[in-house]
Amino acid sequence: MEKKKFARILLIIGTLSIFVSVSMAFAISDAYKGNIYQPGALKPVDSKLKVKVGDPAPNFTLPAISGEKISLVQYRGKKNVVLSFVPAAWTPVCSDQWPGYNIVKDIFNQYDAILLGITVDNIPTLFAWTNQMGQLWFPILSDFWPHGAAAKRFGVLRSDGVSERALFVIDKKGVIRYMDVHDINKRPPLEDLMGALEKLKK
Amino acid sequence: MKKTLMLLTIMIFLLSIFNFSVLSANKAPEKGEALPIINLPVPKNPDERNYLGLSGSGSFKIPQIKTKVVIIEIYSMYCPYCQKDAPGVNELYRLIENNADIKNKIKLIGIGAGNSSYEVEIYKKTYQVPFPLFPDKDFVIHKACGEVRTPYFMVVKINEDGTHQIVHTQLGNYPGAEPFLELVLKASGLK
Repeated sequence: MEKKKFARILLIIGTLSIFVSVSMAFAISDAYKGNIYQPGALKPVDSKLKVKVGDPAPNFTLPAISGEKISLVQYRGKKNVVLSFVPAAWTPVCSDQWPGYNIVKDIFNQYDAILLGITVDNIPTLFAWTNQMGQLWFPILSDFWPHGAAAKRFGVLRSDGVSERALFVIDKKGVIRYMDVHDINKRPPLEDLMGALEKLKK
Repeated sequence: MKKTLMLLTIMIFLLSIFNFSVLSANKAPEKGEALPIINLPVPKNPDERNYLGLSGSGSFKIPQIKTKVVIIEIYSMYCPYCQKDAPGVNELYRLIENNADIKNKIKLIGIGAGNSSYEVEIYKKTYQVPFPLFPDKDFVIHKACGEVRTPYFMVVKINEDGTHQIVHTQLGNYPGAEPFLELVLKASGLK
């Protein structure tokens, strides 16, 4: 009986440790020095989507770091839109996501697409954090107040108040054409997003 | 049945320990040590194969590169400092290649931590990187190197007998091509 109990405990520990070791893979740029908070491995997805591919994207109006207010609807008929929700400033995977998008402006242009980066952090925090990334070419929006309202409309607000790591591609008609609510612990590969933009051409 | 369960349990437990100890080294490689085991694919591009003195296909280990010193940059296309330093690291490659005395003695490679082949190609194209870059999509190499922050430079000296040791490591703080080359020459004993 004791042996069986021990075996069970070992089985649980062993299995859990495998998950822990494979689910927290990230690199941190030295640009952030020691200022990145380590939240540990999180539940991969902790929300329920309220939209699906083919739905009209819910509109929102959010303040940008630049001081202007940006509405999704303002791009209607003009630009394809990529929404990049990331969970929080000063955390590992998020800090190494937008700087990559920052060097592929030409590809976004090629697909006639604008990128909007969104988190639930307030403007001063986003200002300080994104300053470490260099000069970003795309608007950074704060979904801080009413807290997470935009994320909530898409169904990507997690139970602890941060958003999922989620990508939405919205075409010029305002229709959602691609969604990736990614495992929060991992960065979505760039080729998946670019593949979705390529499909807009067809 | 009981025995099978016990065996399975022990195997999973050992595998998990293996996972931690081999795949996620808990410290960065240090000066005087050998490199962790890093397998890289032999480049398909013949110019890159030629640059590294490799032939055929399959994988190779860094000490198999036909040279005396290898500079390894662990970088990421998502890392702002790597992006900022990219032109300076390219300049280092050109300084070496344009100097007949050291051209065949020092080689430079980059490993993209967590970067897929597609992401490595984006970085290569954006910054016109002239030396071979390798993807490390699943962070296997990054973990073996103690999950260092990026960019992380390692200078490895390859000895006549095939052994090797790390002679310099550096997190960020890239000083520019000329001072860094000077540092590499001194640390490796080429000067």
